[in-house]
Amino acid sequence: MSLSLTGVSVDYDGVPAVVDVSLELPAGQVLAVLGPSGSGKSTLLRAVAGLEPARGTIAWAGEDLAHVPTHKRGFALMFQDGQLFTHLTVARNVGYALRLRRARDTATRVRDLLALVGLEGYDDRLPSTLSGGERQRVALARSLAVEPRLLLLDEPLSALDAGLRERLAGELREILVTAGTTALMVTHDHEEAYTVADRLAVMRDGRLVQSGAIDEVWRAPVDPATALFLGYARVLEGPAAARLLIAAGLAPARAVAVRRSALTVDVSPPAALTRGDPLVGVVVSARVTPDQVRLVVDLEGLGELDAVAAVDTHPSAGEPVRLSVDRSRLAVIG
Amino acid sequence: MTTWRRPVTLIGLALVPVAVLGVFFVLPVSGMVARGFWPDGDFAPGEVLDVLTRPRTGRVVWFTVWSAGVATLLAVAVGLPAAYVLHRLDFPLRRAVRAALLVPFVLPTVVVGVAFRQLLGEAGPLGFLGLDGTPVAILAGLVFFNAAVVIRAVGASWESMDARPAEAAAALGASPRQVFLTVTLPSLRPAIVSAASVVFLFCATSFGVVLTLGGTQYSSVETEIYLLTTDLLDLPGAAALSIVQLVAVVVLLAIAGRLRASADPSIVRVPARPRRPRRSDLGQLVATGLLLVFVAAPLVTLLVGSLQVGDAWSLDNYRALTTTGSQQALLVPVTEALATSLRTAVDATWMSLSLGLLVALAVTRRWRSRAERRIRGLLDGFFMLPLGVSAATLGFGFLITLDSPPLDLRDSPLLVPLAQALVALPLVVRTLVPVLDGIDDRQRQAAASLGAGPLRAVMTVDLPVLWKPLVAASGFAFAASLGEFGATAFLARDDHPTLPVVIFRLIGHPGAMNYGMALAASVVLAVTTAVVMAAVERLRVPSLGAI
Repeated sequence: MSLSLTGVSVDYDGVPAVVDVSLELPAGQVLAVLGPSGSGKSTLLRAVAGLEPARGTIAWAGEDLAHVPTHKRGFALMFQDGQLFTHLTVARNVGYALRLRRARDTATRVRDLLALVGLEGYDDRLPSTLSGGERQRVALARSLAVEPRLLLLDEPLSALDAGLRERLAGELREILVTAGTTALMVTHDHEEAYTVADRLAVMRDGRLVQSGAIDEVWRAPVDPATALFLGYARVLEGPAAARLLIAAGLAPARAVAVRRSALTVDVSPPAALTRGDPLVGVVVSARVTPDQVRLVVDLEGLGELDAVAAVDTHPSAGEPVRLSVDRSRLAVIG
Repeated sequence: MTTWRRPVTLIGLALVPVAVLGVFFVLPVSGMVARGFWPDGDFAPGEVLDVLTRPRTGRVVWFTVWSAGVATLLAVAVGLPAAYVLHRLDFPLRRAVRAALLVPFVLPTVVVGVAFRQLLGEAGPLGFLGLDGTPVAILAGLVFFNAAVVIRAVGASWESMDARPAEAAAALGASPRQVFLTVTLPSLRPAIVSAASVVFLFCATSFGVVLTLGGTQYSSVETEIYLLTTDLLDLPGAAALSIVQLVAVVVLLAIAGRLRASADPSIVRVPARPRRPRRSDLGQLVATGLLLVFVAAPLVTLLVGSLQVGDAWSLDNYRALTTTGSQQALLVPVTEALATSLRTAVDATWMSLSLGLLVALAVTRRWRSRAERRIRGLLDGFFMLPLGVSAATLGFGFLITLDSPPLDLRDSPLLVPLAQALVALPLVVRTLVPVLDGIDDRQRQAAASLGAGPLRAVMTVDLPVLWKPLVAASGFAFAASLGEFGATAFLARDDHPTLPVVIFRLIGHPGAMNYGMALAASVVLAVTTAVVMAAVERLRVPSLGAI
C-alpha cells in the first residue's frame, strides 16, 4: 500500500510543467513536495489526483491509475483556500462525500470530524461566515470524512497569516498522525514542510532534485539552489568554502551552505573553542533582536557573512571580532 | 467634503433621468391606465373589472402565461448545453459559433416573425408540418429569440466559475453526474434563475413575434392591448390588461432582484481555461449543433425567399424597395423608411445613452447609509421598469397624454426616438452599471491622494474602463431602436414609418410583390442590426446584454 510515481511528466500546451518525476510514498507517511512557485509541484499533485493528463506511471499499491478517473481514485484533495461549497453549511460540506456514498450514521461521523478539527458546534454555519483558518479546518474535515487512501494537500496553509499558519501546521500534523493518514502535501514554505511532513521532495523547474527523510535532505542539500530554498542563509563556493570548512575542522569541499547562526562571535578565551584556523573579521552592521544580536561581518578571505552574538554582547560596526563555527549548522554540498 | 454635498450630488445626478422617466414613462403609462378607470371623466372601475372577467381575457392571460412558461423552459433547456459548449470548451470556430447563436437576440422581432412564417408557411420548406399559425410556431419564435439570452447569461457565469470546487468534489468521490448536480448546478442556479426570469419577461411581453405569427387567433396580453386599442378602440379593456401586465412585471422584477446572485468577495475565483472537447461532451456538442441549425434555418429561408421571385432567382424584391409596393401598400418607399429608421435610431441612441450614463453614475456612487442604499435599490428598479411594461402601453400612453400643451409632442420628430430611448434605457444601464460597480473606489481615492481633482480622477480611473462599454451600449441601443416595434407601431406617423412598421404593413397586404418586399426589407434590417452588433461584439464588453 503505497503511492509510487515512475517517470511522470505533464505538459501544458507543449510546455513541460513536470518532467520525469519518480517518487515513493509508503502508507502512513506524510510527504511534503517543496518547491518555489512555478516549480510544477501543484501540477504534480493534480496529476496524482487525476486532474491532469500525465505520461509515466502513477500507481497505488501496484495498480496503475492511468485509466481511473478522479472520483474513483479514493484520494481526497484539499485546496489552498479550501474550496468549500459555498451553498452548503459546514456540516453538509463535511458530510458531502458520506452522502454520496449513502453512508450510515453520517451525522455522528460529521460531529466526530468537526471535533477532530476543533470546530464543535459549527454545523449550521455557512462557509462565508468563517475565518480563513476555520475554512481550512472544515476543508480538512471534509477531506478526512471519506477516509481517503491518500490525502492530497495543495498549499493547505499558505492562505493563512503567519501566526495561525504555524499553529495550524502543528495541529495538522497531529490530526494526520491521529487519523493515520497517508498524505502528499505541496508547499513553498520549508518551515511548514518540516512541521507537517516525514519526508521531503524538492522540485525545481518541473524536476525532482532531491528526496528523502526530512533530516537527510536537510543535512545534505544536493546543490546550492536547494540549500538556499531549504532555508540556508548563504552558500560559499570554491576557496571561500574550503576556508570556512577548514576553520570548522572539516575536510574541504566544493561548496558549503551556511545557516545564519553558523558563525558566533567568540567571547571565550582564544583557542579554547576553535579547532582549526581562527576566523577573524570586522563587523559591518549589527541589529539587536530579542534572542540574539544579528550581525553582518566582513571576514578575511570569505567576504561578508551573517553571524550572531549573544544579546549581552554589543559588537558595533567597525569593531574587529573573532568567530567560531558551529558545524551542525553547516551543510557540505558534495 | 461637507456632509450635505454627497446627497446633493446624488440627487443632482439622478434628477434628470428621474424627471425624464417621470414625464415620458410614468405619465403616459398612468395616463393610459387612468383612461381605463375614468372612461368619461368619471371614476368607473366597474368596466375594468368587467374586462377582467371576460372569457377572452382569461384565455389571453392563460395563453400568455403558458406560452411564456413553456418557451422559457425550452430556452433554458436548449441554452444550457450550448452555454457549456461555447464557454467551457475550446474548439475551432468557437467565437464564430458563439456570435452566430447570439444573432437572434438582436434581430428585430418583426424579422423573426417574418422568417418563421417563411419557414413554416405553406410554401416554406417546413410547410408540410402544418405548424403555420399554431402555438408551436409562436413557441419556436420565442425560443429562437431567447435561447441567446440564456447562453449569454449562464455562459458568462459558467465561464467565470472556479473549477476547483468541482475538482474537490470529484476527488471526494463524486462522479461527473454527481459533480454537476451537487456543485455545478447550484453555483449556476442564480444565473439560470435570473436568465429564466428575464426570458419569461421577454416572452410574456413579446409583441412582434406573437403578432406576426399568431394573428388574431392567438393573442398574448401584449398583442391584445394593441388589438383592443387600435382595432376595437376598447380603452377600458386595454387599460385593464395594462394593469395586469404592470403588476405582474413589477412582481417578477422584484423576485428576480431578490434572486440576483451576490458574489462572496472573500473568495478568490480562478476561472478555468476552456479545454478541448472530450468524448463525454458529445451530447452537448450535438445539442449545440442542432440549436445552430434551428437558428440558421429561418434566417436562411428568409434570405433565399428574398432572392426569389416566383421560382426564379432575382434581385427584384430588393429593387422594389425603392417603390411603395403594389396596391398602394405604403405611403413612402421602403428606402425612405430605412433612412427614417436610421435617423430615429441615432436620436434614440444619444437620448438613452445620456440618460443611461446619468442613471448608472447615480446608482453606482458609494451609498453609505442604509437609507441611501434603499433609495439606490428603488432607483435601480425604477429604471428597469421600461423593460417589462408593454411597449404598446407606452406607445399608446404617449399618444393620449402628450397631446396637449405644454407637452404637445404628437407631431414632434422626437416622439418616436424618445419612446425607443426609454425602451433601450434598461439595456444601457445594465451594460454600464456592472462596469462602474467593478471599479474599486480605492482607485479613485488613490488618484485623489496623488493630487488628482474629482474630474481628473474620473478621467484617470473611470474613463479608460468606461469608454468601451459606452460605445458597446450605444451600439446596443442603436440596434434595439432599429428593431423596436411595439411602441413605434403606435407612434410612427404614416408618412414617416420606420422599417419594422413598413415590414409589418407589407406582410399584412395581399400581393406577392408586397410579400417579397417584406422579405427583402427584413433581410436589410437584419443585416443592418447584425452589422452593428458584430462591431459592438468585437469590443468584448462582458456585461453587454447581461440583464
